[in-house]
Amino acid sequence: MAAALKTNATSFLNFNTNQSSYLFRPKYTKHSVVSIVSSKSYNPPMAALSTTVGTNTVGLSETFTRLKQQGKVALIPFITAGDPDLATTAEVLKVLDSCGCDIIELGVPYSDPLADGPVIQAAATRSLAKGTNFDAIISMLREVLPQLSCPIALFTYYNPILKRGVEKFMTTVKDAGVHGLVVPDVPLEETEILRSEALKNQIELVLLTTPTTPKDRMQKIVEVSEGFVYLVSSTGVTGARGSVSAKVQSLLQEIKEVTNKPVAVGFGISKPEHVKQVAGWGADGVIVGSAIVKLLAEAEPSEVLKELEVYIKSLKSALI
Amino acid sequence: MAFSSSTTCRIQTPSSSLLLKPYHQSSSFPHLPFHCHKFTVVPSKPSSISCVLTTKPQVMDEENNKKLTGSGLGVLQRPDSFGRFGKFGGKYVPETLMHALTELEAAFHALANDQDFQKELDGILKDYVGRETPLYFAERLTEHYKRPNGEGPLIYLKREDLNHTGAHKINNAVAQALLAKRLGKERIIAETGAGQHGVATATVCARFGLKCIIYMGAQDMERQSLNVFRMRLLGAEVRAVHAGTATLKDATSEAIRDWVTNVETTHYILGSVAGPHPYPMMVREFHAVIGKETRKQALEKWGGKPDVLVACVGGGSNAMGLFHEFVDDEDVRLIGVEAAGFGLDSGKHAATLTKGEVGVLHGAMSYLLQDDDGQITEPHSISAGLDYPGVGPEHSFLKDLGRAEYYSITDEEALEAFTRLSRLEGIIPALETSHALAYLEKLCPDLPNGTKVVLNCSGRGDKDVHTAIKHLKF
Repeated sequence: MAAALKTNATSFLNFNTNQSSYLFRPKYTKHSVVSIVSSKSYNPPMAALSTTVGTNTVGLSETFTRLKQQGKVALIPFITAGDPDLATTAEVLKVLDSCGCDIIELGVPYSDPLADGPVIQAAATRSLAKGTNFDAIISMLREVLPQLSCPIALFTYYNPILKRGVEKFMTTVKDAGVHGLVVPDVPLEETEILRSEALKNQIELVLLTTPTTPKDRMQKIVEVSEGFVYLVSSTGVTGARGSVSAKVQSLLQEIKEVTNKPVAVGFGISKPEHVKQVAGWGADGVIVGSAIVKLLAEAEPSEVLKELEVYIKSLKSALI
Repeated sequence: MAFSSSTTCRIQTPSSSLLLKPYHQSSSFPHLPFHCHKFTVVPSKPSSISCVLTTKPQVMDEENNKKLTGSGLGVLQRPDSFGRFGKFGGKYVPETLMHALTELEAAFHALANDQDFQKELDGILKDYVGRETPLYFAERLTEHYKRPNGEGPLIYLKREDLNHTGAHKINNAVAQALLAKRLGKERIIAETGAGQHGVATATVCARFGLKCIIYMGAQDMERQSLNVFRMRLLGAEVRAVHAGTATLKDATSEAIRDWVTNVETTHYILGSVAGPHPYPMMVREFHAVIGKETRKQALEKWGGKPDVLVACVGGGSNAMGLFHEFVDDEDVRLIGVEAAGFGLDSGKHAATLTKGEVGVLHGAMSYLLQDDDGQITEPHSISAGLDYPGVGPEHSFLKDLGRAEYYSITDEEALEAFTRLSRLEGIIPALETSHALAYLEKLCPDLPNGTKVVLNCSGRGDKDVHTAIKHLKF
């Protein structure tokens, strides 16, 4: 016991001055560089090896590239898996795809969703109460993803990933045909393991930047974010808001000054006019979550897919 | 605060036993400028010993004690600059909070060196909180544990229950409120389980004229209705949290969501050594006064150190406050006592360190109660303050190191101890504290005669009478 303490105590002594932060910085930069290189050398033939992915489905960043060539802005809906049940989720995914959504963000329900407002919290609670678990979500995706033409990004908190093991998680979601990953409670400093495992499996790990993120920090986030840069539109948790903060326009400009990576704006966007406004400010994608989750929760079961279609088309038309 | 003047030395001779007693050494030889309190085997030279020398000896005289209050020497040594205690700790929070955490850490370090701040804090701790708290020899409790031959350990209680508001929680609340003022934040939020941290926060907000919002699980509000009234009486808004299990975990999540939303105007007074860095470190430092006083009082009372420290562990703030001072004194046993609820095998407990697995909750990597899918599971304890599925990351670290021992006590055993202390010492302890007291039943029979046990009497039990009435029939 004493020996163990002594050995471990070494780390306290090595980093007991202010310099410790500098000691870590080069490592951090090195990784940033590594992942930029890797993203540039992203290898499409490797992705084609995966047999379960829909034949025409490309990754997140490639999707943005294609849309850009057509002068289009991506519509990215978010739904919670298993709310009201996974069979409905499968149908909803197909409807979203057929309505022309460009990427779908699929939320894995979690017991303690810190970054989510009441609507998505409630959806996660309902889903878990129904017995939704990760394996069931993966089974559903294996079946449904080959039928979709747009890529899927999973939105999940970190603990379910850790419990499974980061490596195993990545290979599992890759095999199921998932292209991207958003982990809202893992900020830049803690992403190292996630990033390296994601890269190995060609999962695009999307990082978030927010209105409270200082500019130099935003630059580092943007450097290592894969697929796209997720700009959180407001200081707060997920959930529909009356209007989109005008600050988003300047934040978009700041990001665009330092990167060519696509930027999608999310949190609080619910109406066609929001979508239009954000697209007008230069966003490459618009993410709509709580409004869709709410619609799915409140619509009559028999009408739910129809209402969803109407709503998605109203958003889509704002982007034309 | 000592980092600026610290340096490193290597000692080839095995003189560590002398070095292990920093307090003796520095008090017996006050002329010595250096004091070694950290040592380790250097990997490249296994036989050598390295230690940190500092020009600020950890002498517990009045003046130094004041200087150290609220900051302490270990600030930059554990955790590391990422806020990690080994693999535990870190900052697993939404990006929106990252800047505020950085700002908070910078403010904390600045204030550790700020004499005005220290002076103000010390003054409030003395005149408003009522520190220092006594180290009380529990004569009849000691008698209770005497073996037939008259031998047994000596039990001392560190009377944190005598603090203003009735628990240790106010040490941290006062310091963080002062810190919030320095940060220019006028709105305070906090989570509470038993209500003690909520009451402490509401109290300091009243004292400093800050707006105060307390998040509390709806179930806990029922269990701790007296504290809910106290918080409201003190001018705080108590917001019921109905999500999830409606207990401390959900109140904490909701407080974090509030902070994510109002981070620019609001300071979050987190009440335990949990959450994202810098909270586990900062809250520990603000409670470290418990251990520092204990060292000084032990020296006054018996001219030595305690042999065994015992404290209850929910998130673990009172335990960390007592342990921190003695972590480097390897001859002092550190014992944390968790809540076993209906029993460890019942599935209804809050024994995170005993039964949990490593994961991430509320911003930190630590042991957690979770299911096979990584979902956080519902804890149970009769004591609202221990009813939490996580634990402070430093406790996880000390457990894995083998430096601290952790055991668990059932609801029933805690209730027995609750009654026992009331009758033997005329002190009604909090149900949280009762878990630590109950462990004495298991600990004391095996302790050598004269062993000095210091148990942190972390809170008073008036708030729990309502709960106890349902279980105890007199």
